[in-house]
Amino acid sequence: MSGKSLSEQEGLNSVPNAAARISTEATITRDPAEVRVGSAAGTGEEKAMSLVESKDLTKTYQAGEVEVKALKGISFAIEPASFVSFVGPSGSGKTTLLNLVGCLDKPTSGQLRVVGTDVATLGRAEGATFRGRNIGFVFQDFNLIPVLTVFENIEYPLLMVECCGARERRERVETLLEAVGMADQKKKFPSQISGGQKQRVAVARALVADPKLVLADEPTANLDHETAFMVINLMKSLKKERKTTFVFSTHDPKIVGEAEIVYTLEDGLVTNLEDRRAGHA
Amino acid sequence: MLNIVKIALRNLLRYKRRTLLTSLLITIGVLAVLLFSSITGAFKSLMVGQITDSMLGHLQVHKRGYVASIDNLPLHMNLRPKEMETIEKVLDALPEVEAYSPRIKFGGMFSNFEETTNIRLNGVDPEQEILTAPLLPKRMLQGAAGDALLRPGEILVPELLARGMKVKLGDTVVIVATNRDGSVNAQTLTVRGVLEGISGPGGRDGYIHIKDARTLLRIEKKEANEYAVRLKKADDLDKVHAELSAAFAGELNKEGKPKYEIHTWEKLSPFYNIARMIDVMTFFIKVMLIAIVLVSVMNVMIMAVFERMKEIGTIAAIGTRPGKILALFLVEGLSLGILGSAAGTLFSLAAIFALKVNPLSFDFGRQKGLVLSPTLDVNEIMIASVLVVLVSALASLQPAFKASRMEPVTAMRQV
Repeated sequence: MSGKSLSEQEGLNSVPNAAARISTEATITRDPAEVRVGSAAGTGEEKAMSLVESKDLTKTYQAGEVEVKALKGISFAIEPASFVSFVGPSGSGKTTLLNLVGCLDKPTSGQLRVVGTDVATLGRAEGATFRGRNIGFVFQDFNLIPVLTVFENIEYPLLMVECCGARERRERVETLLEAVGMADQKKKFPSQISGGQKQRVAVARALVADPKLVLADEPTANLDHETAFMVINLMKSLKKERKTTFVFSTHDPKIVGEAEIVYTLEDGLVTNLEDRRAGHA
Repeated sequence: MLNIVKIALRNLLRYKRRTLLTSLLITIGVLAVLLFSSITGAFKSLMVGQITDSMLGHLQVHKRGYVASIDNLPLHMNLRPKEMETIEKVLDALPEVEAYSPRIKFGGMFSNFEETTNIRLNGVDPEQEILTAPLLPKRMLQGAAGDALLRPGEILVPELLARGMKVKLGDTVVIVATNRDGSVNAQTLTVRGVLEGISGPGGRDGYIHIKDARTLLRIEKKEANEYAVRLKKADDLDKVHAELSAAFAGELNKEGKPKYEIHTWEKLSPFYNIARMIDVMTFFIKVMLIAIVLVSVMNVMIMAVFERMKEIGTIAAIGTRPGKILALFLVEGLSLGILGSAAGTLFSLAAIFALKVNPLSFDFGRQKGLVLSPTLDVNEIMIASVLVVLVSALASLQPAFKASRMEPVTAMRQV
C-alpha cells in the first residue's frame, strides 16, 4: 500500500495504537463519523451526508456446529460519489460486508445505515424495494439473465423494479448502452457475448435505475487483466459522470491501485484505510 | 404482467425438451379425458335417447303402487276416466311438456294358430304415442309406420317373438288376455310390423291400438294404467318432476296417501345405473388427469427453481419483490398447463372429426351395429381446461413460493 495507515491519516481521529486497531472491539474507530471517507469528510454538517454508516458491525454464521465470526465489529462511513475498495484475502469478510451493505443479509449486531435507512429494520419485500431504488449490483459471475437480451437485461430493473414508461426506459437503456460501449450488441443474448462484455452489461444494469450506490463483489475476478482494467475504468468514469458511489471488493493488487479509498480487511476486521485522493494522501 | 409472461415463456423455451415432454403428457391427459367423455357421452345420449324417445318417455305417471308391481301388469290399478282427466289437465297446463300418451299395459297369450306363447302388450293411441315416443316408428324392422303407427285390428310384434313364432307381415294372430275380473277374451289381429327389440323395460313389448286393448280387456270406459310424458327439453326433467309432484300433492287416496306416482326415466330404466357408472369412470379419468398435471408440472417447476437458484438470487438482489418472483414461476407453470390443454383440445377436436368421418359402430346386448356420433361439448372442454390450468397453478405454487421466499445471499451461493 502506498498510502498512510489509518492512524496516520489527517482528519481521522482514530485508534490510539496498533494493538487496539486489530482487536475485535476496535476496528478503525468506534465512531463512524471518525472514519468518514469520501468526497467531503470531517465537518459536522457533512456527517449527515454519509451514504453508508456502520458501527460495531458483526456477522456470525452457523456452519454446522461451528460458529464462524465473519465480521468482528467494523465501523466506517462512506460518503457519496466515492470510489471505494475493500481488499483482503479470501475469508477476510469482504463479501459478507458487501452483502450487509447491499441489504442482502442482516448483521448479527451493530448498526448499519445505508442511504439513511437502518437496514436491520427492512423486511423481505421492503428490502427488495430499497435495493431496487438505491443500490446497484455487479457480481463476480456477471449474473445476467440468460433468457433476456443485452438490452432487456439492462432494462430489467426498470421493468420489474422501477416500473417507468417505455420511452423513458428505452432512453435510459440506450444511454447506458452507449456509455458502456455495448450499443451494437444490444440484441445479443448473454451466451453470445464475452466475459468482459457481460460485465459491462452488468455495470449498465447496476446503473440503469440511477442508484446512489453500486456494489461490486470481485467484479474482475473472472476477467483477464486488460478487460478487468477496462471494467474498473468504466466504473470510474461512470462514477465521475454520474456521481454514483462505487464500492467494490477485490484481492487483485493491480485493480486495487485504481481505487480512491481502500479498506483492508483481515479476519473480519478493518486493518488499514488508505485514501488516495488529492488532499488526503 | 406482460413482461412476466414474456420471461416465463422464454424460460420454458430454454428447456425445450423438458417443456415438450411435460406439455405432451398434459396433452395426452386432456385428450384422454375429452375423448372418453365425448365417446361415452355419445353412447349415453344414444342409449338414453332410445329409452326415452322410443319407449319410456321422459316421465311416467301411474296410480300409486303400480310401478312396484309392474312385473304383474296389474289391471286393477288402472286410472279411471276422472283420474285421467285430472292428469291430462295438469299435463296440458305445463309448458315444458311436449306430448303425453296414455297406455294400457297388459300381459296375454300370443297365438299363430299353431303355437302359443306369452306376450306383453301396450295398448296405445298411435297419434299420441308417436308424439311421445318419436323414435318408435324407426324400430320397425318390417312394415312401415306410414300414415299411422297402428290402426284398430293391427299389432306390432316384437322381433324375437316374430322370429320364434314365424309370423310375417299381414299374418293373422290371436291375442288372448284375462281381464280385471278374471274372465278370458280373445281377439284376432293382423301383423302390421315387426319391432326391433331394445335394451330396457318395454324393449320387447308388442303394440296394439288402445281401442283394441279396451275391447280385449272388456274395459267399457276410457281407462289407462300409464301416462308416458315427453318433455320439450330433457334438462327440465327434475323441474317438471317437482312441478308434477306439487300439482298432484293434493290428490290423495282413501288412505290419505298421494294418489299418483311420478317416475323419471332414470328410476324406471336400469340403464341409468350404467350411465352413472360411466359418469364415475369419467370422474376417475379426470382424477388421473389431475394427478398427471400435478406431478408433471410440480416436477418441472421444482427442477426449474432448483436449477435457477442463482438467477433467483440475482433478481431478488437487484430489487425484484417476492410477489413478482412468485408470479414469474406461477406463470411459467400456468403456461405449461395452458399449452398442454390447448394442444389436448386441438388433438381431441381432430380425433372427433376423424370419428365423424369414420363412424364408430358397436353392439350393445342384442342391438347390433349401433353407430356413435361423438361430439365435443363446450362445457367438457371448459371443465378439462380450467381443471388443468387450476392444477398447474396449484402445482407451481409450492416451488414458486419457495423461490419467492429465498434469501438472495443463500440463493446466489448455490451453484
